[in-house]
Amino acid sequence: MNSIAASEIKTLKVSIYRYDPLKKEKPYMQDFDIDIPAEKDLMVLDVLMLAKEEDPSISFRRSCREGVCGSDGLNINGKNGLGCITPLSDAVKSNKLAIRPLPGLPVIKDLTVDMKQFVDQYKKVKPYLITDKKVDTKQAIPQTIQEREKLDGLYECIMCGCCSTACPSFWWNPDKFLGPAALLQAYRFIADSRDTATDERLEQLEDAFSVFRCHGIMNCVSVCPKGLNPTKAIGEIKKMLVKRAL
Amino acid sequence: MAMNGTGTLLDASTLPVKEFDGIIVGGGGSGMMASLQLAKSGMTTAVVSKVFPTRSHTVSAQGGITCSIQSADPDDDWRWHMFDTVKGSDFIGDQDSIEYMCKEGPEAIFELENMGLPFSRTEEGKIYQRAFGGQSKDYGKGGQAERTCAAADRTGHALLHTLFQANVKAGTNFLSEWFAVDLVKNENDQVVGVIAFEIETGEPYFLKSKATVLATGGAGRIYQTTSNALINTGDGTGMALRAGFPVQDMEMWQFHPTGIHGHGTLVTEGCRGEGGYLVNKDGERFMERYAPNYKDLASRDVVARSMFTEILEGRGCGPDADHVYLKLDHLGPEIVHKRLPGVTELSKRFAHVDPSEHPIPVVPTCHYAMGGIPTNVHGQVISQNPDGTDKIIDGLYAAGEAACVSVHGGNRLGGNSLLDLIVFGRSAGLHIEESFKSGIKMDDPSSDDINYALRNLNRVNVSQSGENFVKVKKDLQKTMQMNFGVFRTEELMVNGIKEVSDLREKSQNIHLADKSSQFNTARVEALELLNLIEVAEATAISANERKESRGAHSREDYPERDDDNWLKHSIYFSENKQVSKRDVNFRPKQVQAFQPIVRTY
Repeated sequence: MNSIAASEIKTLKVSIYRYDPLKKEKPYMQDFDIDIPAEKDLMVLDVLMLAKEEDPSISFRRSCREGVCGSDGLNINGKNGLGCITPLSDAVKSNKLAIRPLPGLPVIKDLTVDMKQFVDQYKKVKPYLITDKKVDTKQAIPQTIQEREKLDGLYECIMCGCCSTACPSFWWNPDKFLGPAALLQAYRFIADSRDTATDERLEQLEDAFSVFRCHGIMNCVSVCPKGLNPTKAIGEIKKMLVKRAL
Repeated sequence: MAMNGTGTLLDASTLPVKEFDGIIVGGGGSGMMASLQLAKSGMTTAVVSKVFPTRSHTVSAQGGITCSIQSADPDDDWRWHMFDTVKGSDFIGDQDSIEYMCKEGPEAIFELENMGLPFSRTEEGKIYQRAFGGQSKDYGKGGQAERTCAAADRTGHALLHTLFQANVKAGTNFLSEWFAVDLVKNENDQVVGVIAFEIETGEPYFLKSKATVLATGGAGRIYQTTSNALINTGDGTGMALRAGFPVQDMEMWQFHPTGIHGHGTLVTEGCRGEGGYLVNKDGERFMERYAPNYKDLASRDVVARSMFTEILEGRGCGPDADHVYLKLDHLGPEIVHKRLPGVTELSKRFAHVDPSEHPIPVVPTCHYAMGGIPTNVHGQVISQNPDGTDKIIDGLYAAGEAACVSVHGGNRLGGNSLLDLIVFGRSAGLHIEESFKSGIKMDDPSSDDINYALRNLNRVNVSQSGENFVKVKKDLQKTMQMNFGVFRTEELMVNGIKEVSDLREKSQNIHLADKSSQFNTARVEALELLNLIEVAEATAISANERKESRGAHSREDYPERDDDNWLKHSIYFSENKQVSKRDVNFRPKQVQAFQPIVRTY
């Protein structure tokens, strides 16, 4: 950043969560003064990469840097979001930026969390098409525009984990409540006109915890970087389950 | 024996071994297509991916999969698609491969749809297809075709997630967040697996296998401005070059016309397929001058060069006159928001404009490697015998962008990359399955063979001082951008080759300060640099050798295509840094070969 004239630079106070479970020390926040160009609205990920140039030992995930791969779910000034598409103008308060790992999951190192539980929940809902319709690789299973539209707002999930790790019910019962991401995925297949396993899927969700621990707090909706609405999908599943029980 | 601060040398005698029937390095579209084939056949399969599979760069593909499924047009013909692809390649695409891809494509598309891929639909309930660049009916005589199968403008995401889901269903074994470092060869030059480590713990392993598939994707990060993800560092290509295998046509890099100015992130060619067009500072639709027939849907190399010509001649937009505008606002918010929701999002985010109201500032950005590890249609990696004939490498396969089965030749058509990776990922899987059925015998590697494959990991791990690898990477990206961009000259390239060579020296002496074992991403980045260097040097030397202009390779000092001397593939070996030629295949099985013609749009 030295090549930029001083007048064009501002210094941002960045505080980054550090933890290495192999070391004896407790987690702590490490402070950095990061010089950023005043005109440009950088993303939080850009700032993290600048911090990593100062201290290469900071661990975090990143890949597409355009909000579609879901690698860099982070807790940014207290709110979950993707580092690569959260501009500083949205995130920074009083020239300060605190970056922590997604809450509620075990920390592997610094900002890198263990996503195993999240992925296991996803796998539990059988996240693949089950169909007894004739498939012969010679043609597509027919689906109308209207039927396909029902998948909009469901299939776009990028598995970043922002929603589930913002959900108090998930924090409380991560082993039994499936969480918003997995339930959105469950409904994506229930809503697919090509899928014929609705009964099987609902039966699996019928217990008191898997779905019904959702209390409509809607944190998932407010943090989803793709603008999806898991609460609504969960509501649809609940309705179907109630109908089934009657 | 996790790698830690002690900097101890790793050794074959104590290195743990995991054995699989097949190993796929890379969890993108081609890798997961191959793994799905193997897992369904009951073979023990491991996908070794440095990121969780759905983080792979396939996820970013927007526009679609070009394939003649006869949905938009019941009379569409895979032979027309073949003609377009051969022409698009500027005639150095292998016609046996292109024929295979275009013909087998529909079955692969329907297989994916049957797996659940949420394609957009037509009124009749069929898969929606849109127009893309370089697409024609009736061998270029019937006007613009609509041949690109789309799931809105999120086709790559829909494809990658569907493949991941299908692999979960099939029980594929994922070594997720593992980094593959180098290939292990036995004394007979057969590939018997890879050295890899688990990023979370730093535990290194010898992953042993009779079939190793390199499906590691592209390497756009050799350039400063690219549409590619940060992970696209050419890892498989680097591994192949270090193991003594060649790369083909590495001078052929596609610059995608519509990268968002100042960021490099892409907006799909589908924008132009849906009716968008480019304008210069005078508001002129300039593509009408360069490509009177196809205009904004001429092939990508043509459009990118036209844009740069506008900018160089002073008709660029913005205060620095360094970009042009992509206009979509005339389509109306209905089309823009429904057909191009992802583009709307990206444009608002990175260009701060709503494309239904204002044009998007765009500039060509490095996007795709047409070149790569040479293979046949079964994905088997090919090297050259001393007499120039092909030699198949036992145990090694490549697919997707890392490979060069050469369906793209000198220039790839939009929508053909996703088709390439599903068709050839699958064909690699099928070939491995068949080979296993008929029995594969391979000798074990010696300790020396394994230790040789450990050399780079060891060197980085014990480094006590040396070059800053972040700085070397930045310098590399800068010199590639300056000297090997859209327009090339010998003077610039010779200078660039020298700089890249100096940077290679430095890369042999990089310092990894952080030796910790737990999710150490600095170690990953240091090793990625070694791959970037290999790819960059292959690109630089091959580009200077090809003394003509063809496809994406445009030389001011050799402005014409030279079919007498260069209707050939270039083949480059890292060991002697020499470029040789390889014949282009003009022997398709079911149609007559398409002979080179002057390429206009």
